[in-house]
Amino acid sequence: MSTELYNEGQIVHQPTFIDGSSVEIPELRILDQDGVTYPNADLPEIDQVLATKIYQTLAFHRVLDERMVASQRQGRLSFYMAALGEEAASVGGAAALQPQDMIMMQYREQGALMFRGFSLENFMNQLFSNADDLGKGRQMPIHYGSKALNCMTVSSTLATQIPQATGYAYGQKLQGLDAVTLCYFGEGAASEGDFHAGLNMAAVQEAPVIFFCRNNGYAISTPADEQFRGNGIASRGVGYGIKTIRIDGNDILAVLKATQIARAYAVKESKPILIEAMSYRLGAHSTSDDPSGYRTKEEEAKWQSHDPILRMKNWMLKQKWWDEAQETVLFEKLREDVLAAVKVAEKIDKPHIDSMITDVYDIPPTQLKAQLAEVKAHIKKYPEAYPFTAGKF
Amino acid sequence: MAKINLLQAINGALDIAMADNDRTVCFGEDVGHFGGVFRATSGLQEKYGKARCFNSPLVEQGIIGFANGLAAQGSVAIAEIQFADYIFPAFDQIVNEAAKFRYRSGNQFNVGKLTIRSPYGGGIAGGLYHSQSPEAYFAHTPGLKVVIPRNPYQAKGLLLASIRDDNPVIFFEPKRLYRASVGEVPEEDYQLPLGKAEVIQTGTDITLLAWGAQMEIIEKAAQMVSNEGISCEVIDLRTILPWDIETISNSVMKTGRLLISQEAPLTAGFASEIAATIQSECFLHLESPIARVCGLDTPYPLALEKEYVSDHLKVYEAIIKTVNF
Repeated sequence: MSTELYNEGQIVHQPTFIDGSSVEIPELRILDQDGVTYPNADLPEIDQVLATKIYQTLAFHRVLDERMVASQRQGRLSFYMAALGEEAASVGGAAALQPQDMIMMQYREQGALMFRGFSLENFMNQLFSNADDLGKGRQMPIHYGSKALNCMTVSSTLATQIPQATGYAYGQKLQGLDAVTLCYFGEGAASEGDFHAGLNMAAVQEAPVIFFCRNNGYAISTPADEQFRGNGIASRGVGYGIKTIRIDGNDILAVLKATQIARAYAVKESKPILIEAMSYRLGAHSTSDDPSGYRTKEEEAKWQSHDPILRMKNWMLKQKWWDEAQETVLFEKLREDVLAAVKVAEKIDKPHIDSMITDVYDIPPTQLKAQLAEVKAHIKKYPEAYPFTAGKF
Repeated sequence: MAKINLLQAINGALDIAMADNDRTVCFGEDVGHFGGVFRATSGLQEKYGKARCFNSPLVEQGIIGFANGLAAQGSVAIAEIQFADYIFPAFDQIVNEAAKFRYRSGNQFNVGKLTIRSPYGGGIAGGLYHSQSPEAYFAHTPGLKVVIPRNPYQAKGLLLASIRDDNPVIFFEPKRLYRASVGEVPEEDYQLPLGKAEVIQTGTDITLLAWGAQMEIIEKAAQMVSNEGISCEVIDLRTILPWDIETISNSVMKTGRLLISQEAPLTAGFASEIAATIQSECFLHLESPIARVCGLDTPYPLALEKEYVSDHLKVYEAIIKTVNF
């Protein structure tokens, strides 16, 4: 309980500074881009059934992103965020967990939801903020969440989920559950105060939380070297006294292996653990962004060659767990399904006007009921100005 | 019934809440073994263990972020912010997270089991960073409840109701009253209603409205003017958000006059919101402008604290002026 903890027996008499980048952190890679595992690599627990589910999820992810970016360009959708090139982080992380584990996402982890069974209809209803959206059409596209699937609803506020994950995990521990919380965030979000608060509290309170940083090189336009110094996000974990690993985030087997170990550690030791997955955001930050203004085609091409889905496919082909015929059928079906689902979701009504005041509190207070009544009276007077709701109450 | 002070009443409520539900957790800066800088959590760690009552690191945004996650998980999270003046690093976790948790998820998730306790208000020579009354900042945020007790009996019943209410509640404790306010408090478990003001003295000429430590100020002023034949109806608002418009407007329709006193600065304080609403609800019943007796629009002073605060003399003067308008 004192400073004696640190330096007992290590007093020196010449000034010795530690260099800010002196912490050396290796990067775990199990699979090369040709789909060959390194000879001495420790493989994750994976069989053909799990591998096929992961691969099909990655394929769904890629197709959904492609189609939804296109839909936004056609003006059918207001906004979208793709995760092109870094799908392995969210899908592989979720694949290493148990269904009772909580996943707290930042916003580019639709792959985790897909792996857990968030349906195409669930995605569409949220993206089109219609009456069937689980979030009741209240948040911009991509702010998914599912209580049934233990995936906490996304909020736009960056890094707020990090100390929340610590608290959530602490609650799981207090109850003695066989469950952990996995918290995703980007390397940019790690500059927020909430990141430091969340990691420090997790270390001190010994919360079973897996901090999963997707270091994809950019926070909108700001490259990582203008975001922080020192050895990445992993070195921060070490600084907070948290067991830490850096992995190749485009290597699905490395993601799976590291997260499987992290989960076992968090449950057994009841302590936090940090994974820094190195990747690259191949697409734009969002449909409102154009990366050509801040990075080169050459840089993008280099990372294109590290495609995590192609890497897994190469491995699956070599394992004889997958073939080109299956590939063609899968992608064709996914494209058809997504297009059909768009057509359905965009025709579903907006949420009912009464949902304007629900869920602010558990029960709407008198003031809110009065305010809603005023809005309804106004809409009745000017129905042509409010076509989505007029005549529907 | 035992006579205890407001701090003991808070401690008693926390004790009951922790005994009542083993998923109740109390935490914040120095709240563990030390029992908090004011001793509100005294004895709780000894009784319920370090896992359920503990010191947090010195990071308010972390305390409330952690509390949000804990409450979302289903635990009863009672977080202490050591002084209300230091709540602002947690503003984002309160305003953007706690308050919107239920709404943004379509009621899939909520942090209804969150209660934030914080000593607030002046009168202890605390200067600008140990005296603020920030209730109006939070009153501007749909999704929160804001509750302030005036005495030990109210503190225990309102705190237990806040802890058990299924919405995030900020419970501001008037620190000037911690030891100064003493009263009879039942030992057993009881709750007082949230969202309900309390008429503590009926009258006919003017309605005096306040909350927290200002209650004894307006009661004193009411006593002074009663000697001059002015009959005051005295009301404790108790819950700032969502507030009890009905009780206040019923009173003002009867008396025709309203005076609101708050410790916080005048401009955009909660008194202003009340004045606007009552003006609209009771326009034809009003016989004089609604009076606001508040702090000045300055930071909270130290040496000139006595001059700054809305004391009983300032309230007395405002009553006379309003009644004689």
